[in-house]
Amino acid sequence: MPKPILNISGLDAFYGDFQALYGVDVSVAEGEVLAIIGANGAGKTTLMRSISGLSQNKAEMVKYRGEAIGALRADAVASKGIALVPEGRQLFPSLSVEENLIIGGQMGRKGPWSLDAVYKLFPILSERRAQQSTSLSGGQQQMVAIGRALMSNPDLILFDEISLGLAPIIIKDIYDALPGIIGEGMSALIVEQDITKALSVSSRVYCLQEGRVSLEGPSSTVSREDISRAYFGIE
Amino acid sequence: MDWLNAIVQGTLLGGLYALFAAGLSLIFGVMRLVNIAHGDMIILAAYLGLSVTTLLGLHPLIALILVVPCMALFGYVLQRGILNQTLGADLLPPLLVTFGLSVIIQNALLEVYTADPQKMDAGVLETASVAMGGLSLGVLPILTFAVAVVVIACLQWTFYKTALGRAFRAVSDNQEIAQLMGLNRRHVFGVAMALALGVSAIAGILLGIRTSFDPSIGGGRLIFGFEAVIIGGLGNLWGTLAGGVILGISQTLGAKIDPGWQLLSGHIAFLVILAVRPNGLFPRVSG
Repeated sequence: MPKPILNISGLDAFYGDFQALYGVDVSVAEGEVLAIIGANGAGKTTLMRSISGLSQNKAEMVKYRGEAIGALRADAVASKGIALVPEGRQLFPSLSVEENLIIGGQMGRKGPWSLDAVYKLFPILSERRAQQSTSLSGGQQQMVAIGRALMSNPDLILFDEISLGLAPIIIKDIYDALPGIIGEGMSALIVEQDITKALSVSSRVYCLQEGRVSLEGPSSTVSREDISRAYFGIE
Repeated sequence: MDWLNAIVQGTLLGGLYALFAAGLSLIFGVMRLVNIAHGDMIILAAYLGLSVTTLLGLHPLIALILVVPCMALFGYVLQRGILNQTLGADLLPPLLVTFGLSVIIQNALLEVYTADPQKMDAGVLETASVAMGGLSLGVLPILTFAVAVVVIACLQWTFYKTALGRAFRAVSDNQEIAQLMGLNRRHVFGVAMALALGVSAIAGILLGIRTSFDPSIGGGRLIFGFEAVIIGGLGNLWGTLAGGVILGISQTLGAKIDPGWQLLSGHIAFLVILAVRPNGLFPRVSG
């Protein structure tokens, strides 16, 4: 097994005053696509916030390329090459489409992604580049959010609920584009409610239940029964 | 002709008010911080200018080269050291802390410079005037207005055309997501405060050439700045200039009717606009 790019061990994390994760262990190998599934309130978003630095924990609980980053702020984590596509897209309304993309790349990390590369991936954004980002449709906004994360040329990209609130046809488009995005040797962690989609793009899957890992295994071999049990906790 | 003169003089005075207001507007726009000490910082800059001109024998306008960076540095350090710690969901802590700063700055100025009114010596610039269409216009007010237009144009350009402005807008929109882009909001806020106090330094020096000042008058400048911002509409820099001009004209017209009405008529104009257009005359369209 290739060496892990991200190693989370014994992560206890809080959502406000409320403990949302209990001793969670997750590891992502170099170039691997990992899916995280689980019901609402299982702790998926808290896990994403803990990795990206939006909430801080004990430094040793999150290691990236062997370096303890659990206590770093989000801007320091981002500069190490971790990007998050946040739930609900969260574009900057005062910035145009192009400015949203440019600000994603403002750290100047080297790599294959540039404005041209993003416009090639999502040609519609090139036509809309001067518009306010909030004037786009939900699917197009999601493209901007993905492009904005790619612009930082991350080594590890986190997707938080990218299909939430989008039409099925748009979800299909975005998932069709994913292999082309992740194919560049990037590692990815995908949080997703749609289990079929999550399994189809990932090599391994973790299921969270009430803040604990209830299932871990290769996406191609886990059974539906195992997932139901891990998801809802009923025998 | 007297009335026309009052309007023109009021317009030019409005330039100074716009300079008072620009820093306030910038800070509120970027970090939702209402700086109660803003007026006192303008007066602090005027006193710094006074010290530089008397100690080094420089012309007040040349003193800007020293005072602007000093105030900008003061702003950055103040923001990183104190004000960033007060920012959060609650608007009250920054209000209280800047109110405290206002008291501290006033008293420090009293200790160092005493309560005697002071004025900067700008030589012929103070009295020079040009005749224009039958009106006699002071060179200093014209210069002040021109500086205000240039400063606001520069701020506008910075805000909408530069990487720094993008960072300002992104942090203003959503601090968490801006952090994910690798922007350190503490630093971005520090730079915004530096810029705001740099503009205040220009305002302070121009004020100190125009009129005499003492440590207690900062509060009044803060009110004029607030009024200009509110009249123009929050978050609109050109609106702030318009707000300053409207306030200036109201004051000079009031003074024309009766010299005692100068301040009152400015406040009345402000209250009327606030009652009729609570969002100001030119509120920001989006966001």
